[in-house]
Amino acid sequence: MLVESLFYVFGTILVLAAFGVIVSRNPVYSALSLVLCFVTSAAIWLLIEAEFLAVVLVLVYVGAVMVLFLFVVMMLDINLDELRRGFTRFAWLGWAVAAAVIFEIVSVVWARGGLGLDVTKGPTDTAPDYSNTLELGRMLYTKYVYPFELAAVLLLVAIVAAIALTLRSRAGHKVQDVSKQVAVRASDRIRVVKMEAEKRS
Amino acid sequence: MITLAQLLTLSGILFSLSVAGIFLNRKNVILLLMCIELLLLAANFNFIAFSRYLGDIHGQVFVFFVLTVAAAESAIGLAILVVLFRERRTINVEDLDTLRG
Repeated sequence: MLVESLFYVFGTILVLAAFGVIVSRNPVYSALSLVLCFVTSAAIWLLIEAEFLAVVLVLVYVGAVMVLFLFVVMMLDINLDELRRGFTRFAWLGWAVAAAVIFEIVSVVWARGGLGLDVTKGPTDTAPDYSNTLELGRMLYTKYVYPFELAAVLLLVAIVAAIALTLRSRAGHKVQDVSKQVAVRASDRIRVVKMEAEKRS
Repeated sequence: MITLAQLLTLSGILFSLSVAGIFLNRKNVILLLMCIELLLLAANFNFIAFSRYLGDIHGQVFVFFVLTVAAAESAIGLAILVVLFRERRTINVEDLDTLRG
């Protein structure tokens, strides 16, 4: 009962925050609403016992991706009026598509007899010492070890691509050339001059 | 007890709101990227709900990979956005007509 009422509270917050993302006037408010979306989703994932993914969602999305979004939104000098013009031109189409999607999902899921959803038999109770993280890790490092490595390589490629895209070299830009610094020899830098000692006058 | 139907309905509402967001904010690239993140979140909801109600951990492994790919996608998307703004001084989708598409 407590779980269900918490689900309704978080679900309401989630839907309102998603609404805020799509209609707010300022992209900064949209980004902050999206943060609220991710946090409430993490709370709902905790309620259905996906603890590891809930923590990962908060760490990766709220901690990294949304900070990146806010960074870019605040860095760019955007003319919002230009972007807002014609906001309602296709709004009716958007709401119609949204209503169609909701109608389809609701009519399928809540159809008489549940259309076979009852084959899932509902959640099974887990043992008190069950660890979601342990199970997920066991699966990731045995059966899914190659996809896991591929995901790591994908992230590396993404880092390289993002840096290579945004790197720019300007004229008059002073940089260190580390290989030159390492390869330098003493004879390049100092010149030993031999000369006669001067007489004391 | 939360039922599977409730979870699927919630993710359906989330999905349709983000589809509506793509229609509404079709000029602003940043908001389009945010709506794509919301779409992926709604899809992840379904994976986790079925993983819980079928007692099968594979769905959660798949959500893990989806999160990885989505993070990489948004990083590269924002990098492209920054380069685009530097070149054209705009992020309006309608101004990106170099390819005459």
